[in-house]
Amino acid sequence: MTTTSPAPTSPASAPGSARSLLGRVRVDYRILAGLAVIAVAMIIAYQWDSQQTTAVAARTIREAAPLILAALCGLIGERSGIINIGIEGQMLLAAFVGFMVASSSGNLILGVMGGMAAASVAGLFLAWTAVALKMDQIIAGTIINIFGLGVTSFLYVQGRTMPSVPNWPIPGLDELPLIGSMLFSHGPLTYAALVAVVVVHVALFQTRWGLRTRAVGEHPSAADTVGVRVYFVRYRNLAIAGMLAGLAGFALLQSASVFNRGMTNGKGFIALAVMIFGRYRPFGVLSAAVLFGFFNALQAQLQFRQAFDIPPQFFGMIPFVFTIAVLAIAGLRTRPPAAIGQPYEKE
Amino acid sequence: MERLAWRQVLLPVLAVVLGLVSGGLLIFVSGDNPLTAYGGMLEGAFGDTDAVGRTLEKATPLVMGGLAVAFAFKAGLFNIGGQGQLLLGASFSAWVGFRFGLPAPIHIPLALLVGGIVASGLGALAGLLKATRGTHEVISTIMLNFVAANLTDWLVSRDGPWNDPDGGALARSPLIQDSAVLPKVGGLPTGFLVAVAAAVVIWWLVSRSTLGFEVLTVGANPKAATYAGISVTRITVLAMGISAFLAGLGGAIQTLGVNERFEPGFNTGLGFDGITIALLARTNALAVIPAAVLIGAMDAGSTLMQARTDVAPEIISVIQAFVLFFVAAPSVVRWIVRLRTGDDDRAIDLGAGWGAA
Repeated sequence: MTTTSPAPTSPASAPGSARSLLGRVRVDYRILAGLAVIAVAMIIAYQWDSQQTTAVAARTIREAAPLILAALCGLIGERSGIINIGIEGQMLLAAFVGFMVASSSGNLILGVMGGMAAASVAGLFLAWTAVALKMDQIIAGTIINIFGLGVTSFLYVQGRTMPSVPNWPIPGLDELPLIGSMLFSHGPLTYAALVAVVVVHVALFQTRWGLRTRAVGEHPSAADTVGVRVYFVRYRNLAIAGMLAGLAGFALLQSASVFNRGMTNGKGFIALAVMIFGRYRPFGVLSAAVLFGFFNALQAQLQFRQAFDIPPQFFGMIPFVFTIAVLAIAGLRTRPPAAIGQPYEKE
Repeated sequence: MERLAWRQVLLPVLAVVLGLVSGGLLIFVSGDNPLTAYGGMLEGAFGDTDAVGRTLEKATPLVMGGLAVAFAFKAGLFNIGGQGQLLLGASFSAWVGFRFGLPAPIHIPLALLVGGIVASGLGALAGLLKATRGTHEVISTIMLNFVAANLTDWLVSRDGPWNDPDGGALARSPLIQDSAVLPKVGGLPTGFLVAVAAAVVIWWLVSRSTLGFEVLTVGANPKAATYAGISVTRITVLAMGISAFLAGLGGAIQTLGVNERFEPGFNTGLGFDGITIALLARTNALAVIPAAVLIGAMDAGSTLMQARTDVAPEIISVIQAFVLFFVAAPSVVRWIVRLRTGDDDRAIDLGAGWGAA
């Protein structure tokens, strides 16, 4: 196992390291460079074709939102020492329950809560299998995935509708060129994703909860020795993380407005890539999800416009080829939390 | 010895029974009679020669998918790219099948091999990225699934090179030539025999060969393997390549024996099924066969079940999830059936490979 590359001890003025506000924000400069290139390209493209560029920019964030929420779910789990490859299933369960509740009650708030509760229960199941049964966590996650896909497809009935999720443009800010459509004219769940990044970051690195969580993920027996209740932390954190996966599932409904069988379509797994690519850090997750969202938005726009005489399938490959290429070229060897995947045995 | 073997079978069998009972409860709650449903499923899966043939047909790619996942597990690798590898194997074997005219004894093995080898390239790429660049194979194989799906979609699309000229707007390849079709003997698919042979070869490879020993060593402890002079890079690439070869071969068998052409989007979900089967078989290559037949039988029987009772075929995924849960949680099974605690139900541990980049 390799260690992380030397942590950049950046001066407070360096981009992305708002030390005073957020404490240590360690930034991976390779990801940051990628984002900077995209930003410059966007500004240039905006001069050339403002409408298309705005569309891509807005779509980037929209596509990134569910990935951010889902990746944060995975991140909290892994930081507490539990691998969660069941995010895909959690999102599907949340989207299904959220849709059914919203559809029968006509109330979106109830729908969101229902979705969060469903994914949270799945998170508790994962914690139970890991803590009480000491089951292999990859298997437990796979169970959630298969169950989520199976039970939602089994119970699904066509023809139901739910009220559509409103758009919340922020008055004043949404009129800004480029930035307005990109950041300030989205649905509530997209904002929730952006807020969650900051909240999880501060919680993880600035609070007692975060310190305990990281201790449990890195060295559970040491944490136990100083009186941290390892099992309790794992249960609680997986329940909280599940709520984020629930929001991620509902974020899919925000754009689709209807539940479809298997509508996650691999997003839960892509979120895992985003989490590892983001090096188990909330702002890393944000950057990685935005990169992925950008290439998704770009390919969708290029395909839509038929800008080049290239088969659409090749555009469809772009985000995936890009993710692999970036991981390979940058050689981002990540160091996951040390105690990950291992059941903790109280002594 | 005999007692031990019995107990090793007992837990998976109990897990399957409990899984069926749980699924039955869900069927009951949703307003149908579980006994009628399962009766239909059983008859649809084993009722006559045709049904058995269908079951074995369904089980064939599942054996291969299960072997692919199980073999990678041996090296501590998690291959969830079975779906993409299967698509590559299927499309390239279809190409050999329709493009070339050869005598059957050459044509069939050639088409199978080309399918497997092209797919193995996809797996080896993931292995190489892992060994040299530290790219986690879970990520790369998922990403490559989407790449392979897009690539094979294009190959047979209207603008693609392998499109069926008689297909109109349909995205599909031409039918393969008769000399490439895997025959049925007495209503039973020979492709299943190929899959069984593959399972035996993998069992031998893992438990009796030097390569197998190296793979197991790398899987158990890469550091110790390096110390013992085993190249972890070589084994990682090889293990992923072989794993992907198996999945690709599964796609090729399906193409030559059942579909007889390539159409995009067939057999989606094989990646997941492969994981279930590998775990149900506790990553033992020979045990993969009955595990795959079980899942294949549910699949084959689900049509008749739905015709009889209106129970949607998706119930089998739910049953699979329950079965997997009970297999992985022997303590729960023991608690339910009040079985004595045994020391034989060693837990399966795959999580250890997760962080080892």
